[in-house]
Amino acid sequence: MSETAHTRPVRFRGGGFAPKPNRKIGIVVFVVLILLAEIGTRNGFISALTLPKPSDVLGTFAELYQSGLLWKHLIPSLSRLAVGACLGVIVGVGTGILIGLFSHIRAGLVPLVAAIFPIPKIALLPLFVIWFGIDEGSKYALIAFGTFTPTVVATYGAVDNVDRGLIRMGQSFGLSWMSIVRKIVLPGAMPGILSGLRISLAIAIILLVAAEMLGAEYGIGAYILEAGSLYDLERLFAGVVILSVLGVLVSAAIGLIERRLLNWRV
Amino acid sequence: MEIRLNGITHAYGDTAVLRDISLAVPSGKIVCIVGPSGCGKSTLLRLMGGLEQPSEGEILQMGDAPSGCLNPLTYIFQDFALLPWRSVRGNVSLVLEDHNLPKAEVNRIISDVLARTKLTDFANALPKQLSGGMKQRVAIARALAVNPAVMLMDEPLSALDSQTRELLMDDLIALWTRTPFTAIYVTHNLAEAVRLGHSIVVLSRRPGEIREIVHLDQPLSERHFGDATLEERQHYLWSLMRDEARAADAELLDV
Ligand SMILES: Nc1ncnc2c1ncn2[C@@H]1O[C@H](COP(=O)(O)OP(=O)(O)OP(=O)(O)O)[C@@H](O)[C@H]1O
Ligand SMILES: [Mg+2]
Repeated sequence: MSETAHTRPVRFRGGGFAPKPNRKIGIVVFVVLILLAEIGTRNGFISALTLPKPSDVLGTFAELYQSGLLWKHLIPSLSRLAVGACLGVIVGVGTGILIGLFSHIRAGLVPLVAAIFPIPKIALLPLFVIWFGIDEGSKYALIAFGTFTPTVVATYGAVDNVDRGLIRMGQSFGLSWMSIVRKIVLPGAMPGILSGLRISLAIAIILLVAAEMLGAEYGIGAYILEAGSLYDLERLFAGVVILSVLGVLVSAAIGLIERRLLNWRV
Repeated sequence: MEIRLNGITHAYGDTAVLRDISLAVPSGKIVCIVGPSGCGKSTLLRLMGGLEQPSEGEILQMGDAPSGCLNPLTYIFQDFALLPWRSVRGNVSLVLEDHNLPKAEVNRIISDVLARTKLTDFANALPKQLSGGMKQRVAIARALAVNPAVMLMDEPLSALDSQTRELLMDDLIALWTRTPFTAIYVTHNLAEAVRLGHSIVVLSRRPGEIREIVHLDQPLSERHFGDATLEERQHYLWSLMRDEARAADAELLDV
């Protein structure tokens, strides 16, 4: 073949499909969107009824912080979230593992979980109030119930995906049942459980607001609902921002756990 | 410890996989099992180690395991079966943890087997950082850690390249020469069979039956790569297997 006419470097086509973490871009997206909203509201391009000025929202937020009301709303919300989500996740992971390991439990519970999953848990709120009382009990139950189903589904899927060869290896070395579950099944299912947790915890935050619709004096959800009923957009947005920040923090925390716990992944 | 199979027959549903296999695996010897693809070699090994139950026949272990033996029948798997989330050391310690051994004893066993498999420097590496040959050495170290009476090896070297395979065969021979162990070694590779086997069981195509048992008297340490007598035995084995293998291949196409 003639050298000159057809000699060229081989085209690189192996790139992509390997997202790398880059925090800066995420922050830039937020900043640009907020700046656009600020400019738009300032020069009247966006009317005050459509969107509050980001700077006003910030002001409301500062006020909330200075008056000490922020913590008064945040702390009950966080404790509801913590208790409810922990309950839902622990029971969910446990049930998911049982479904993953025992055929009778699987046969009995999988249809039940499938039946419960699509029920909007908010619709059951009155029922929860009767069962668990109007106080904290019904709020915990709502959040726990909402996180339970996605956790179960993610967990038993993850257990199903654990390499059977590894379980067989454990049996062939005479490991006890408990050891196999603790040292092989659980760590093997961990990637799936953690990615399920991202979804369950986001659902928990959504349900927090729903839970506080009923008889909560303090709480982010109560604060947002009150602002909403008064059409106080600044306060509404201040509350929404808190929820978003909460979501970002939870997601970052899971990312951290994944990096620590799953560094063995190729 | 000896293993004896009496009239083992096994079927999965309607598919007969093994038919009337009777075989004795003497203590301190390596028995290789060769046979065409799908003839039930892996199944036979799973039956021997108690991971599955035969449809008919019995599998006996004769004699007691030596003292200090934590897991008499120990497997080495083709795909290594290492826990990816545990280091080399952690993978070995996994099989010791259920035995309530004193900590010093556990550490002694782990250092000993890692030294024997030349892995001491990689004790803290994760499986993803190891080459295929090293992974299989970890699996061998893990098997040695429980001081098995019988090793059950299912194509332990077939996931490796041929150079690594040669090296690991030398390692296995060195380990056996130091302390002879009983082993059943399933392989596709006739060269491996004639290097490692004191006797070689040739199975027919599915349903697997014993066609012939070939005995090799040459000591393991004197068998070398490219040895003429071994070549001759290997040719003989291939002549036994060729028609079976061809028929088995055609059979798979029918399915
Ligand atoms: N769990 C199972 N259920 C049903 N059929 C099985 C099962 N395991 C193996 N078989 C069938 O039994 C036959 C023997 O399988 P086995 O894996 O023992 O063969 P093998 O000799 O090890 O083959 P190879 O040389 O390819 O490893 C095959 O036809 C396979 O499809
Ligand atoms: Mg096989």
